[in-house]
Amino acid sequence: MADDNELLLEVNDLRMYFPIQKGILRQTTGYVKAVDGVSLSIKKGETLGLVGESGCGKTTTGRCIVRVYQPTGGEIVFHDEGEIVDINRLTRQELKTFRRNMQMIFQDPFSSLNPRMTVLELVGEPLLAHGIARGQELEDRVAEMVRSVGLRVEHLPRYPHSFSGGQRQRIGIARALVQRPKLVVCDEPVSALDVSVQSQVVNLLQDLQSDLDLTYLFVAHDMSVVRQISNRIAVMYVGKLVEVAESEELLRDPKHPYSETLLSAVPRPNPHHHMQRLNLEGEPADPANAPPGCVFHPRCRYMEDICQTDVPALVELTPGHHVACHFADQLKLQGIDYARSPRA
Amino acid sequence: MAHDSLLEIKNLMTHFHLHEGIVRAVDGVSFDVRRGQTLGIIGESGCGKSVTVHSILRLVPSPPGNIVDGQILLHRGGNGMDRVAVDLARLDPRGAEIRAIRGAEISMVFQEPMTSFGPMHTIGNQIIETILLHQEGVESSDARDLAIENLRRVGIPRAEQIVDAYPHQLSGGMRQRAMIAMALSCTPRLLIADEPTTALDVTIQAQILELLMALQEEVGMAVIFITHNLGVIAEVADEVAVMYLGRIVEQAGVNELFDNPQHPYTQGLLNSIPHIDEEKLPRLRAIEGVVPDPYEIPSGCAFSDRCPSFKPGTCDRAMPNLDETVSGHLVRCFLYSDVEEGLTEGENGG
Ligand SMILES: Nc1ncnc2c1ncn2[C@@H]1O[C@H](COP(=O)(O)OP(=O)(O)OP(=O)(O)O)[C@@H](O)[C@H]1O
Ligand SMILES: Nc1ncnc2c1ncn2[C@@H]1O[C@H](COP(=O)(O)OP(=O)(O)OP(=O)(O)O)[C@@H](O)[C@H]1O
Ligand code: SF4
Ligand code: SF4
Ligand SMILES: [Mg+2]
Ligand SMILES: [Mg+2]
Repeated sequence: MADDNELLLEVNDLRMYFPIQKGILRQTTGYVKAVDGVSLSIKKGETLGLVGESGCGKTTTGRCIVRVYQPTGGEIVFHDEGEIVDINRLTRQELKTFRRNMQMIFQDPFSSLNPRMTVLELVGEPLLAHGIARGQELEDRVAEMVRSVGLRVEHLPRYPHSFSGGQRQRIGIARALVQRPKLVVCDEPVSALDVSVQSQVVNLLQDLQSDLDLTYLFVAHDMSVVRQISNRIAVMYVGKLVEVAESEELLRDPKHPYSETLLSAVPRPNPHHHMQRLNLEGEPADPANAPPGCVFHPRCRYMEDICQTDVPALVELTPGHHVACHFADQLKLQGIDYARSPRA
Repeated sequence: MAHDSLLEIKNLMTHFHLHEGIVRAVDGVSFDVRRGQTLGIIGESGCGKSVTVHSILRLVPSPPGNIVDGQILLHRGGNGMDRVAVDLARLDPRGAEIRAIRGAEISMVFQEPMTSFGPMHTIGNQIIETILLHQEGVESSDARDLAIENLRRVGIPRAEQIVDAYPHQLSGGMRQRAMIAMALSCTPRLLIADEPTTALDVTIQAQILELLMALQEEVGMAVIFITHNLGVIAEVADEVAVMYLGRIVEQAGVNELFDNPQHPYTQGLLNSIPHIDEEKLPRLRAIEGVVPDPYEIPSGCAFSDRCPSFKPGTCDRAMPNLDETVSGHLVRCFLYSDVEEGLTEGENGG
């Protein structure tokens, strides 16, 4: 369980701007502000869920944190056994060693594994590359890891194509976790999987988290899955966080109009449920040309004049509940009612 | 047979003959689609959902695929004496008759709209082409107006401009709507939607589902809706068929299926998904194991290697029939029928 005080990761004002280049001279004509001022923190052993529309910057945020991308600006601070490491200040060499603390699990179990490598090679490669283990020790560690993700040692000499989607995702998980990272960014890890396999992998990720003392940033679009695994949920809209709260609180009592819409759109596996759905009019904002004021204002049903000019800051409305909306304390928004008790 | 049945599938078998062996992708599937109604099909990846609906439109690549048995009856005319049926399973897949049906009487929305719109032509030209192909007497100048009208009907803003856009210039949600506009351009009697919203955001998914239901009401078409998502099925379907390894294992009205799931696989599916409006469970209740390889299907009941209610000596001896347990509720499981019957009638189980 998450220790109340111990922080693992702090992200301050993270920005990732991709240049838009035009013409034969590849002149920069503007920027896609994929991540534009994101601040968040994750405690040791905690799972922070990250949700939001396609293209809002979730993957980019994850990639900046594990330093696949060099962010345009902002601070990423890692608390490593009493030491405080500012990842942006590490030299190339230092970063190389530090990287094993942060790993990523990808959405697509089909394309994220090299088809010409066996399971042993795939899972063993990071150990070899970082000079952590070789020979028999490497094989032992790989075998142990493979068993703990629910695969068998007989699978080690096999190639990815002979596995099902769920099994390939397990290989991906083993490959990420074999280096004993502290933080794992899970980018839509179950979205491509079948319903019955999805729940197996969610359970596996939960078990591994407690066994290996992992901290997760869990990116997904299925709100029900995110809620299952996350202690807290952050809602992102066009490069910015608009709300962060403890999961159950965010579900029952959303404070940002976009979160309200998102929750009302979640399909419920219950034919008797006839909800008042809030339609989200218009197209999502373009991160290369975000609207002034509140980024959500062109689609917001509660918009007032001030929303078109002033950017609302992400403020702590009640302890632990952060919202970026000028009217967060006045609006009465609809969350999920827990009308039903769990199935027997 | 119900009199309002539009499409009647009887014991459909579509097999693939591959080097490794025969894949019985669809192995004795029967169902009715009634006018104006939505049949939802759910089931795990590879269970034969797409092959079933591709068989209807005769889009299964041959070789290696073949409809080896069964009938696909498309009923035309009213309920009286003028009613005739054409068996799509017997048509030449490249012939004029099936091509006249595709896009006109029966049309399809695919999972990935990029694959069904050609990249080289504008959205408008592709819709216009469909209209000119299927609607006699429409002039090209009117077809363009019809195309714009269709785009507007699916809620595309600035339709008179978007009509000249290329598919890659639209967002995923817009493309999917344009795809629906094209599928509906000839007012089909049956729309087949194969995972039409899987690739989309929940907010856009919600819009598209509402759009489909509203259009269905407006034009009275029947829909076959395929999805993995039980939440989506609960919302759109009137009747639900659950498939496992090429066969229907349970079928019932949507309320009955969710309130009273009887097949252990259906029960497992419903129990394994997280419910956002219930107290959170510490762990999800997963179905054990994985779908077997198509060449290693267990003998007897195909679900027997994963089933928590497996009865040795019964479930591994024969394939249970799809039997009616209560009115309108069909289940393929020995918990509800006995094995002797299954053994004697195993071959013709529907
Ligand atoms: N390498 C890149 N170069 C230029 N633009 C990029 C790059 N990666 C992402 N973007 C842009 O940044 C924005 C955010 O993309 P990102 O992939 O982070 O979104 P996301 O929230 O993960 O979306 P999804 O749910 O579809 O995965 C998008 O507008 C995308 O087009
Ligand atoms: N062209 C083909 N050649 C060979 N086998 C095929 C072909 N198309 C489908 N199959 C096989 O037929 C079976 C059923 O496939 P189908 O595409 O109908 O599954 P599905 O239920 O639609 O799955 P998904 O949810 O992944 O779309 C699978 O075992 C598949 O591998
Ligand atoms: S700040 Fe204004 S536009 Fe933005 S979410 Fe709040 S009410 Fe809506
Ligand atoms: S027939 Fe037997 S193995 Fe198959 S679903 Fe029923 S109880 Fe389970
Ligand atoms: Mg992403
Ligand atoms: Mg399919």
